[in-house]
Amino acid sequence: MSFLELKNVSKSYGGTPVLRDVNLSIAEGEFVAIVGYSGQGKTTLMSLIAGLTKPDSGSLTLSGQPITGPGPDRGLVFQNYSLLPWLTVAENIELAVKAVFPDQTPAECTAHVDKYIAMVKLSHAKDRRPSQLSGGMRQRVSVARTLAINPRILLLDEPLSALDALTRANLQDEISSIWQSDRKTVVLITNSVDEALLLADRVIPLTLGPGATLAASIPIDLPRPRDRKALNHDPQFKRLRAQITEQLLGFGASRTSSTTRKLVLPDIMPENLDAPRVNRPPRRLSEEKQETVVSL
Amino acid sequence: MNSQKFDHFVRRFVDLILLPCIGLGIVLVLWSISSATWAKELPSPTKTWEASKPYVVEPFAKRGEMDQGILRFTWYSLQLVAKGYVIALLIGTPIGFFLGLSKTFTKIFDPLIQILRPVSPLAWLPLGLVLFISMGKEAGTYGALFTIAICSMWPTVLNTAVGVRAVPQDYLNVGRVLKLSRWKTLTTILLPATLPYMFTGFRLSLGISWLVIVAAEMLTGTPGVGGFLWQEYNSLIYEHIILSIIVIGVVGFILDRLMSLVESRFKTA
Ligand SMILES: Nc1ncnc2c1ncn2[C@@H]1O[C@H](COP(=O)(O)OP(=O)(O)OP(=O)(O)O)[C@@H](O)[C@H]1O
Ligand SMILES: [Mg+2]
Repeated sequence: MSFLELKNVSKSYGGTPVLRDVNLSIAEGEFVAIVGYSGQGKTTLMSLIAGLTKPDSGSLTLSGQPITGPGPDRGLVFQNYSLLPWLTVAENIELAVKAVFPDQTPAECTAHVDKYIAMVKLSHAKDRRPSQLSGGMRQRVSVARTLAINPRILLLDEPLSALDALTRANLQDEISSIWQSDRKTVVLITNSVDEALLLADRVIPLTLGPGATLAASIPIDLPRPRDRKALNHDPQFKRLRAQITEQLLGFGASRTSSTTRKLVLPDIMPENLDAPRVNRPPRRLSEEKQETVVSL
Repeated sequence: MNSQKFDHFVRRFVDLILLPCIGLGIVLVLWSISSATWAKELPSPTKTWEASKPYVVEPFAKRGEMDQGILRFTWYSLQLVAKGYVIALLIGTPIGFFLGLSKTFTKIFDPLIQILRPVSPLAWLPLGLVLFISMGKEAGTYGALFTIAICSMWPTVLNTAVGVRAVPQDYLNVGRVLKLSRWKTLTTILLPATLPYMFTGFRLSLGISWLVIVAAEMLTGTPGVGGFLWQEYNSLIYEHIILSIIVIGVVGFILDRLMSLVESRFKTA
């Protein structure tokens, strides 16, 4: 029996369908990646699994139990980190640990928090606030906070998409090694086919909305541990990448269209009286321009 | 001192001292001209200073109930304001939270608040005196406290409500995933996230309570800057009206600066 199971799940926002008849079944210990275009309902799918939003129809179960609301058994790493800005790194994680393991002694709790901060290599920054961290560091805190509550399933919503290529590669390796060591069930949402191929056992493309749904899943039978440099020359990797990319582009081809719209620049004058005066009459910016958008 | 540092120093001197002094000078000139020409009863700046000297030089002197140093009066007023202000915060903050959290609560009370908010302190005070009439001699003080509290409460109420509504859903979702209790969510997520807004409200409320104290003291005759101002007007010592106005303004300005400092500490959070 599958661990996480979605049956005919549909969700719409204000009349526009976002997800329609999504079926998904994930085994315990499996690493599944969902790839798709921006704005097609990937985050919505994650919120449904996390229990933060309710589906309009269909059912979701985790090891047989229906998902009715959020809970710490499903560890969601939010797309925008969602760290509390007034707490330090350690305090952010501590809040989660205390909530999930209320019976720990203060010493156990501190040790627990420290362990996960060390796991994402942030021990030197544990007393900093999120605003004093780089994007990649915030992402790692967010991952550490989720790992620290020891969820049964890890939901990663584009955890790396805001990062530069190098940091991204580093964190991919970290996620990979963390997964290798304790084999948690993981659902990873990503917009990068390479990332999906590097990390996942199975890749599932999300079709285009309105009313997106999951396409047939593609098993990734590349041997582990996967080395990113070697992979680039692996014929199997190349074949899978071409297949998935083509499938994703295929969704788009049927819908490619372009719209031209008027772009009116805002008519804004500086309100700051301290601003230095420039030696020319103030100029209004209300020029009209044209903008052509090619949508995928 | 190198020349760049010196330049910087000169610019700061001009900005912070010279230019404000020019503004002050213009007012003093207009004041002198007015008192010499069309407003004969208006004491000139020099006369005002001479008459105010005993009150300023010995700011804490106590010569009689209504004849005390100006800072002593200010101190009485500040104490009264502090009490009224604390009452306003204690009542206003929870109301703001309820407004921010519950749509039903908002629908029930928002119209009422919008109607009561613009009512002047001069209108509340008589009601306050009536409410506490059984207190006898203390009715004036209680009436003043009531007026200060009810007039200065609104910015705290409204800013807190706006702040609660502005708490990002993502923060609340963190709490939901962790299954925090309602109380835990309130204290660890809602409250800290709302704090910057609350302090904006607190600062505006403080400004209003200082505005109200003067009106309240004038009408109740409580000793304080406002009471002093009104008494001196009745005794035809117009210099002291001006002295009081200046002191009230300066104290209000200082209070606002202090609150801004506190507020900006929370802004960075
Ligand atoms: N709370 C909401 N209310 C109304 N519409 C919403 C809401 N959340 C999402 N949507 C809409 O649902 C669609 C899918 O949003 P979603 O955030 O799931 O996309 P996504 O695939 O995660 O995109 P991205 O890759 O940019 O994160 C979008 O068109 C969005 O406008
Ligand atoms: Mg998303």
